Amino acid sequence: MMSMATQKKRKMTPREKSEFFWGWLFILPTVIGLLILNIIPIFQTIWQSFFKTGDFGKGNIFIGMANYQKLMQDKAVWQALWNTVKYAIVEVPFSIVIALVLAVFLNRKMRGRSAYRTIFFLPMVAAPAAIAMVWRWLYNSEFGLLNHLIGRKVNWISDPNLAIYSIAVIGIWSIIGYNMVLFLAGLQEVPRDYYEAAAIDGASGIHQFFHITVPLISPTIFFVAVTRVIGAFQVFDLIYMVMDKTNPALAKTQSLVYLFYRYSFTEGNKGYGSAIVVLLLAVIMCITVFQMTAQKKWVHYN
Amino acid sequence: MEAKKKLVSIIIHIILLACSVTMLIPFLWMILTAFKSVSEATSVNPFIILPTVWRRDAFDNVIKNMNFLLLYKNTLLMIAGRVLAAVLTATMAGYAFGRLHFKGRDLMFSLVLFQMMVPGQIFIIPQYLMVSKLGILNSTMALVFPGLVTAFGTFLLRQAYMGLPKDLEEAARLDGCNIGQTFLYIMAPLTKSSMVALGIFTTVFAYKDLMWPMIVNSENDKATLASALAKMQGQYGSKFPELMAAALIACIPMIIIYLFFQKQFIEGIATSGGKL
Repeated sequence: MMSMATQKKRKMTPREKSEFFWGWLFILPTVIGLLILNIIPIFQTIWQSFFKTGDFGKGNIFIGMANYQKLMQDKAVWQALWNTVKYAIVEVPFSIVIALVLAVFLNRKMRGRSAYRTIFFLPMVAAPAAIAMVWRWLYNSEFGLLNHLIGRKVNWISDPNLAIYSIAVIGIWSIIGYNMVLFLAGLQEVPRDYYEAAAIDGASGIHQFFHITVPLISPTIFFVAVTRVIGAFQVFDLIYMVMDKTNPALAKTQSLVYLFYRYSFTEGNKGYGSAIVVLLLAVIMCITVFQMTAQKKWVHYN
Repeated sequence: MEAKKKLVSIIIHIILLACSVTMLIPFLWMILTAFKSVSEATSVNPFIILPTVWRRDAFDNVIKNMNFLLLYKNTLLMIAGRVLAAVLTATMAGYAFGRLHFKGRDLMFSLVLFQMMVPGQIFIIPQYLMVSKLGILNSTMALVFPGLVTAFGTFLLRQAYMGLPKDLEEAARLDGCNIGQTFLYIMAPLTKSSMVALGIFTTVFAYKDLMWPMIVNSENDKATLASALAKMQGQYGSKFPELMAAALIACIPMIIIYLFFQKQFIEGIATSGGKL
């Protein structure tokens, strides 16, 4: 008791005072901004999800859990969640595996190394809106390049069973370079002598890949996987740009964020939109917890 | 042994070349289509790869109907505003979180971490209502608004400051610098590369942003490149050369900047890794 009291009363030294003053001065813009722009809005969104958005300037009406009851029974929402899962299941593993292989290929002295890197990274600096327009044109069933090359008429983006995977391919194409750059950074940390020792022992390249490379950069793989899964669950731009409102496959491709956007900003039902985004929050939290638990099993630190 | 090594090297090159071509085809097809006429672009028999005549018609048409100079300007102002605000606030806060000890610091830093853990869409409705109440819908300020502060940038800069050696501050202090001066003259200049990384990251993120500009700046002359593309896609239907010309005009500036500063781009993205 005594020591706590004295500690509380103890006067701050001039240095401590000065750190307190400057410290708060420096973080104040960020803290105020975060509170107003981000932290309070989280609770406002949750709060809003208990309301029915009033029509024509009428106030919002408190409806308790009604939005969530509607959500539970809304087939479109669960279909959207399933669509998002399908998108993520294709986009994340493929973009990671391809990027990892490319990074391993490029992680050595070779001709054209930086040219390859430049090309693979290129989609990262193009606007998704533009990318989606180009791919939509490539996918065009009548005049598209892709159908011409394979000589068949596939409805890439209007077949309800296929469209979400076609969109995931655009996602993979867009993100490979980014993942690859992160893997290249991770590979720089792997000591050369590991490979030299393995080569002397006669281990093949493929053996080295699975027994040296993958375990040693598993923290990077884990990091990329977490951020990619979270990113994939927030997919919106590609679906919004590729799928017309009249596209017969829309119901089988729209994502949770797409529904959130539609309800909140085109149908003006911000209460229901908020409930959808709270569902998204819950899903992403679950995935993050799951991944954190799973990482203990296969990520090797050091 | 040597022969086998050579063979492996050739196979790797072939794979890399094939991947490069796949990555480039969409861009090439965009360019080729933009220079065709509609009938050339939609000709199936024969299928036309190269335009028979390289026409500018599609470009002329979209430039006549869309004010690209204005779209460039709006996008640039949004990027400039967000980069300036992000680098300024994150540098200050990153220094305080990384180097200073004061009461309340850890609690406040947990706000930063908390913000990074939740999906960004959860902020959008309240942010939109704020912008709307402030009466600044359809303005540059509205585009910049959600980027005024950055939790991610604060985190990034904090990491950078934590990696700096301790004796620098001590030396500055013995020379009679107060904390503000130490920060401004000694410490901040040392984190330039992280500032550049944050600047590049913010630029790319703002440039790609679609939903926010669509929501707050619905008027045509306040749109950004991305939101204007979204709007024109519906209007141009199957005029593929026009669509591709517009997409090309929207992509070109960033691609050129990237080709000039690719080292900074790639390193910036690699160091800032994460939320994109």
